Amino acid sequence: MADSNHPDLSRREYVGIDRLEGPLLFISGIHDVGYHELVEIHTPEGPERLGLVLETSKGAAVVQVYEGTTNLSLKDTSVRFQGEPLRLPVAREMLGRIFDGLGRPMDGAPAPVAREILDVNGLPVNPAARTYPTRFIQTGISAIDGMNTLVRGQKLPVFSGSGLPHNQVAAQIVRQARLKDENESFSIVFCAMGVKHDVARSFMTHFQETGVLENVVMFFSLADAPSVERLVTPRTALTMAEYLAFHENRHVLVVLTDMTNYCEALREVSTLRGEIPSRKSYPGYLYSDLASIYERAGMVEHASGSITQMPILTMPNDDISHPVPDLTGYITEGQIVLEREMHQRGIYPPIAGLPSLSRLMKDGIGPGMTREDHPRIASQLFAAYARVKDVRALASVIGEEELTPLDLTYLKFGDAFEQQFLSQAEDENRSIEQTLDLGWKVISILPREELQRVSDEDLMQYYGK
Amino acid sequence: MKPIGRVNRVLGPVVHASGVTGARMMELVEVGADRLIGEIVRLDGDEIVIQVYEDTTGLAPGAPVYGSGHPLSVELGPGLIGSVYDGVQRPLDRLKAGGYLIRRGVRVPSLDREKAWIFEPCVKPGDLLRGGAVLGTVQETERISHRVLVPPSLGGAVKHAAEPGLYRVEETIAVLETESGEIALTMMQRWPVRHPRPIAGRVVADRPLLTGQRVIDTLFPVAKGGTVVVPGGFGTGKTSVEHQLAKWSDADIVVYIGCGERGNEMTHVLREFPRLSDPWTGRPLMERTVLIANTSNMPVAAREASIYTGITLAEYYRDQGYHVAVMADSTSRWAEALRELSGRMEEMPAEEGFPAYLPTRLAEFYERGGQVKTLSGKEGSITIVGAVSPPGGDFSEPVTQHTKRFVRCFWALDRDLANARHYPAISWMDSYSEYVPDVTPWWTEKGDAEWAGLRREIMELLQKEARLQQVVKLVGADVLPDSQRLILEVCDLFKNTFLQQSAFDAVDAYSTVEKQVKMLKLIVTFYRLGRNALDQGATLIKIKRMRILKEIRRMKFNVSNEEVFKLDDLQSRLEREMGRLGEIYGGFQSS
Repeated sequence: MADSNHPDLSRREYVGIDRLEGPLLFISGIHDVGYHELVEIHTPEGPERLGLVLETSKGAAVVQVYEGTTNLSLKDTSVRFQGEPLRLPVAREMLGRIFDGLGRPMDGAPAPVAREILDVNGLPVNPAARTYPTRFIQTGISAIDGMNTLVRGQKLPVFSGSGLPHNQVAAQIVRQARLKDENESFSIVFCAMGVKHDVARSFMTHFQETGVLENVVMFFSLADAPSVERLVTPRTALTMAEYLAFHENRHVLVVLTDMTNYCEALREVSTLRGEIPSRKSYPGYLYSDLASIYERAGMVEHASGSITQMPILTMPNDDISHPVPDLTGYITEGQIVLEREMHQRGIYPPIAGLPSLSRLMKDGIGPGMTREDHPRIASQLFAAYARVKDVRALASVIGEEELTPLDLTYLKFGDAFEQQFLSQAEDENRSIEQTLDLGWKVISILPREELQRVSDEDLMQYYGK
Repeated sequence: MKPIGRVNRVLGPVVHASGVTGARMMELVEVGADRLIGEIVRLDGDEIVIQVYEDTTGLAPGAPVYGSGHPLSVELGPGLIGSVYDGVQRPLDRLKAGGYLIRRGVRVPSLDREKAWIFEPCVKPGDLLRGGAVLGTVQETERISHRVLVPPSLGGAVKHAAEPGLYRVEETIAVLETESGEIALTMMQRWPVRHPRPIAGRVVADRPLLTGQRVIDTLFPVAKGGTVVVPGGFGTGKTSVEHQLAKWSDADIVVYIGCGERGNEMTHVLREFPRLSDPWTGRPLMERTVLIANTSNMPVAAREASIYTGITLAEYYRDQGYHVAVMADSTSRWAEALRELSGRMEEMPAEEGFPAYLPTRLAEFYERGGQVKTLSGKEGSITIVGAVSPPGGDFSEPVTQHTKRFVRCFWALDRDLANARHYPAISWMDSYSEYVPDVTPWWTEKGDAEWAGLRREIMELLQKEARLQQVVKLVGADVLPDSQRLILEVCDLFKNTFLQQSAFDAVDAYSTVEKQVKMLKLIVTFYRLGRNALDQGATLIKIKRMRILKEIRRMKFNVSNEEVFKLDDLQSRLEREMGRLGEIYGGFQSS
């Protein structure tokens, strides 16, 4: 629709701009351009840059430059409006390749021939046309499979802190994730925003070593790339994922790391535009903006593919009530929380027992999906572990000697639960049956009468076996 | 529609236009070649500010703005039940034909124009009708008889009334002789969403909305026509509580507003409700449900409107004499939409960036609930259950605090309970209900005369237990005397068997009034008799070892609503066993 009034003016190039501030470029004396239109910026020297119209008014526009405004001058910069939003050429040949945040090849090979060209902003999926996710994904990690089960089409973030092994956990999930009884593996879209080169490299090496590289598309906007580029990177990656899932009918696992960096870039631009800040100076629309990323997951009736999303974010100062994890938790379907204290005690993966949650778990487990006793044993483990936390708090006040025999048994259970059930090696791939049996093994430390959330039949079949 | 002006600035969902004459505040307009719909939210000379309900990507200055002459309205008539709409009442189920994505500028009428309904008139020529009077009925679903009403603003003598038969929503079913001439009425009418529909008067809300959820019905009941707020951090189960109420409450109609929430949650409701039936009529839940789904990734301005769209549909059914329950999940997202639009309009912010008119808007919304006498003299009600998602789970934030001022019932969801998977995680310490005295007469007459007394007793025990827990945290439970440890035991039993309720267990998901009172009575009796036994010299260990305790712990799963008489048997066995325990020790003491 853009420029329907001025077809002759679109793609006109303007030389000279009014003002530059941070990543923002202000220009006037132009034709009427459309909101969210793509902009090409040329300088006499240096490569072309791309930008996005953030605000448009009669004969003027505010443009956000993805590559940053370093080295631009007011006089020599020329600007050309494209008359349409940023679009990504997509093709299944992009699997195995590396691109920058805007979808340009970074691996030296030529750009693939596009099968389709899609708007990176996507469109909202009609909730009435979605398919509800219920297929269990076995990640081989007991803390996830047993306690916070992931299902296909879910968006389940990892809440981590700096220095915690979220990258290892993510890599292990990517490597081991399978549908039960199916050997079909996932296509992976890997999106790195503001992460360090060595982190990106370790993921690449990992993909290479495990032989999945030809099944991965990577989008990198690394720590030294301009911060505004991060604002478009997840959208580019998800456009690719949507193409693979809904046009090519593949099952796609999207890893987005690190969402905190994305939010910081958003705050940077918002502050520069002088917008009214909300909590911790993040813009008031952070929730809507994050939702426009996280909601691009799931399954639809019109295609047989799926998008499972695993965003990773580092909680500033390990604070789960910080706006980034907080708003993320409100949008995603649960969260895997990594705990520093467990990490210090050498437990891998340090997945916190109680604050972690999978909202779609209830519909993906039980008879016919995992095992009949799964919902009840999981609930029992949660309840017992919650009691362990209380007893530990009490023991730290009055000392272990003063505890009742039952409380001491709970402590014993707590240790076994953490050491045997939650802990496992980085290359250990447990089947769901192994996970559940292990759960029964540790819960059997507790006396039978304490187990109120499992049925009598469960006790008969599994207790103490 | 004709162009009334041209766009001169685009700021996301907020669009400025100039050269405008003859526009009205809150008028519905269409913008640009795609005819995006929006509302005029500010007038200033010949300049207007429009909040646009669709994505404005590509919209450029110079694009035309078309006026409609009327405010944002919804279509009311048969066919609403069972539908799923977006925030501005576009039918999502029928939009699906055009693909799984919601494209911009698509228009599908909210009510199906082609569908014919069997209309049964109940007026004849010559009848004098006032606004809100019933013209006839349509069996909308198996359980809902849709009463076609005269629009509230009209009235007069019936000139012509249609014969019984098949009619589409736009066909004339009656002609009314009004002061301003003859007016043909159809089964469909429009109503502006931001105006409450008129009523004859308000009446006291004194009947409980039965939800089958024990912690709600027994501890913190809500009346039909009441207002409730459910605040809770993420993962504490707000949506589950809303879903349970939508499923099991004894409302005639449920309007479920998914405001800025997850797409999959709405899908879940759409898949699950047609398969489930409620315990009151045994009919599929979808036959009484209207869904408004404006998920978090759908345009933010339409999210702001979705709450009003939902409550207007609820008022329409209330005016027909039904008890309607509105689930608004989540009002925080609505408040945030308000904040986002306010920010883009460069208004001065108040607390945490929210506009200063946030409390006013909240009050306006919750005041649309209530038990009323309708224009046609029937009784109807709207119960509003609003979820709030406080940032960081901190209840001191503006939306929770302001909402608390306008509602009379507060179900606080607790993070620790949720972490221990104690659901529903409604905190018994922080929650309250001002409806308890209002609904007590109903419980005494129709429920159980003992309810009020038992409720008071268990609330007192819970308070005592909370104080004891402070001691236990410091020194452990062992140092307490048996009489105090009995309180801990009883409260533990009460929490695990009564308050905790599994939404996924076929037997436990829903408890009748009878079952709730009998369960409560068993637990309170256990305490009373336990006290006696201890007084007579029994020890807590002996009491804890009673075999009947295990049956009490499992009663919620093992005794279905149809066989509550089994609880009477349990009650008398408990009394016998406890009595025996007392006797043994009583005997020792006297000898």
